[in-house]
Amino acid sequence: MHLTFTEQELEFRDEVRAFLRDELPDDIAQKQAQGIQLERNDFVRFQKALHAKGWAGVNWPVEYGGTGWSSIQQYIFATEMANADTPFIIPFGLGMVGPVIYTFGNDAQKKRFLPDILESNVWWCQGYSEPNAGSDLASLKTKADLNGDHYIVNGTKTWTTLGQYADWIFCLVRTNSDVARRQEGISFLLIDMSTPGVTVTPIITIEGDHEVNEIHFDNVKVPVDNLVGEEGEGWKYGKVLLQHERAGTAGVARTNYRLQRLREQAGRSIRGAAPLVEDRNFMRKLAATEVEVKALEFTELRTLAAVSSGNAPGPESSILKMKGTELQQATDALYVEAAGYYALPYVPDQYVLNFPDDKRVGDGAETTTSLRYFNFRKASIYGGSNEIQKNIIAKHVLGL
Amino acid sequence: MDFSLTEIQSMLADSVEKFISNDYDFETRQKYASSEAGYSEEVWQTFADLGWTAVSLSEDDGGFDGGPVETMILMQQFGRGLVVEPYLANIILAAGILRRSATELQKTKWLHPVVSGELQAALAFVEPQSRYDIANIKTTAKADGDDWVLNGAKGVVLNGGNAGLLIIPARTAGDSTSPDGITLFAVGRMSDGVSVNAYPTVDGLQAAEISLDNVKVGGDAVLGEVGNAYATLEATIDEATLAICAEAVGIMQSLTDKTVEYSRNRIQFGVPIGSFQALQHRMVDMLTACEQSYSLMLWATLENADGGDDAKRAVSALKYQIGTAGKLVGEEAVQIHGAMGVTWDLDVAHMFKRLTAIGQSFGNADWHLDKLAS
Repeated sequence: MHLTFTEQELEFRDEVRAFLRDELPDDIAQKQAQGIQLERNDFVRFQKALHAKGWAGVNWPVEYGGTGWSSIQQYIFATEMANADTPFIIPFGLGMVGPVIYTFGNDAQKKRFLPDILESNVWWCQGYSEPNAGSDLASLKTKADLNGDHYIVNGTKTWTTLGQYADWIFCLVRTNSDVARRQEGISFLLIDMSTPGVTVTPIITIEGDHEVNEIHFDNVKVPVDNLVGEEGEGWKYGKVLLQHERAGTAGVARTNYRLQRLREQAGRSIRGAAPLVEDRNFMRKLAATEVEVKALEFTELRTLAAVSSGNAPGPESSILKMKGTELQQATDALYVEAAGYYALPYVPDQYVLNFPDDKRVGDGAETTTSLRYFNFRKASIYGGSNEIQKNIIAKHVLGL
Repeated sequence: MDFSLTEIQSMLADSVEKFISNDYDFETRQKYASSEAGYSEEVWQTFADLGWTAVSLSEDDGGFDGGPVETMILMQQFGRGLVVEPYLANIILAAGILRRSATELQKTKWLHPVVSGELQAALAFVEPQSRYDIANIKTTAKADGDDWVLNGAKGVVLNGGNAGLLIIPARTAGDSTSPDGITLFAVGRMSDGVSVNAYPTVDGLQAAEISLDNVKVGGDAVLGEVGNAYATLEATIDEATLAICAEAVGIMQSLTDKTVEYSRNRIQFGVPIGSFQALQHRMVDMLTACEQSYSLMLWATLENADGGDDAKRAVSALKYQIGTAGKLVGEEAVQIHGAMGVTWDLDVAHMFKRLTAIGQSFGNADWHLDKLAS
């Protein structure tokens, strides 16, 4: 065991660093630096730049156009992305449905869907939760009834992130209600959002953004060709996907980056007679969070190592999700504390382009701190609430 | 020792509780918050007509000779209703300064119109660099014959956009963090050199950045003694701190009730989620945090009403308690409501945001714990 990178790993790191410095579109980098909101097309352009380099399918096998990177390479890549403050890779295609299709889909589906996912030609969204099926996802009621060579889909999906941008949605639907266990009779279905009968209703979140949606299906005709794997086995596929989602939501590298920035900001803080770095109370809390993030960084590395030796992420991904989101939220709370009174102004329009300078409030992105803190309360709720993660760990890890 | 309310206090409690229950539901609140002024002028006039704006005034000033207990009663219910009308800014802060330091003439000119609801006012006690230290004042006032010339910047001034009257603490002597050498000025919003950048705050209230560029006022704009305003400012901020803590207690109680109710009705895995022990214990922790906060609120309020030796420590103890307990109750209420808790349409989200804003105002938990520790 050793901590230092090998020479090859260092070369790889330099290559990633150079790429992110030179190939990340300038206007996107500028928006990120100024805390300006990204638009749909910004994400797409960034992901297309990654694809041009062959780096879109970070954790995909080579045979499907992925990088085939080792766990250490993936770790280096995530760290460099965070340190360059790049946009997030939108997870629904590349991180979620892609792996399900290449693992469980048939050849025709792989050929039809995977290239457009890799190239970010198609925007995907996730249809899992329903108004009455949140933590208890297996109680989902959206029905898909077989009718010749089509399913007829009826029901409502909710909390669909960025569904307003999506071309396609992957859904867990009930194809059989007459089952002994509720996890049976669920299928994994791919639905074109432009099909007649699909409607999208915005849900405005706590900080005032349109980020999530309700998706209604009213007699939507979906070809049977869009069924992934076998009918009734969707729960199994969905679970694999959720484990990928959970491993991906830890966000350790991003939290690390945010803590580093906060430490720097504390050194030149303009709020108070002395810079914040001289406030022992604050700095002790910051240091304690850094310690926990360091521990989680190594927990993530251990998980990545297990995955790269051929195992799908297991229940330990629940620990990553739980702890990772707690630390994101702890970091958000520290940013709010640092901003003092300047966490209060609600001027979200100053983070879109062309806002008049004389109307600006606060130093840099200071007034977004509370908005992010409010918004990221979702992190301990989505992807299976942290209470559900604890149930999973108690059952599958502790055997209780 | 007696925790019971007097007859007049009971009537006040009944009347404000009924108003919130009958006339101030969440949808109404949201409508007022998103209106141009950010509050209802009609409701504000009702507060004045019912005498709620005058509870802390002496009888000589046309008030009810009340104090911290009456304010506590009102603010707790305002918390329950998440009231957006600018009671804190006008009555506790601006009128708080005026009733402590204004001359009879100044009271006629400013205090009475504020209390009667005709004049909106704001106390600009924060500067961009001041954080929580109310003595950290860089805004200067220089004597010019009988007049004064003010220069500087004020930040996050509650009600600053609506206020016709701005009360400006400025430095007439001393270095930039000294409690000595602070003077209070009454400045008309329309005076030359005053610019106001108004905006809403995350909790649905209104605030503004204000800059003062060679603003000239007469000697009759000075409130109280030149250079000796710190004690008045401090007493007013302490009273405001008590007031928002009572508001926070009202919010926390409401959030706990709503969360327990939701857990009874939200069915997952075939049962109400309130039947899960993991959640039950956490709701018990919320209740305990509310009860502890309520207890400390009573102590701090009575200590201040009676002018006890521990009055200042009690303010810091309460604000520390509200800072920590408010965060716990707010975050848990959201978490137990699940994704519903992070939606704009649910009152719980807005209560959590107001608790967060209260935690950030008048000194956060660390700030007050430091005062208690030193």
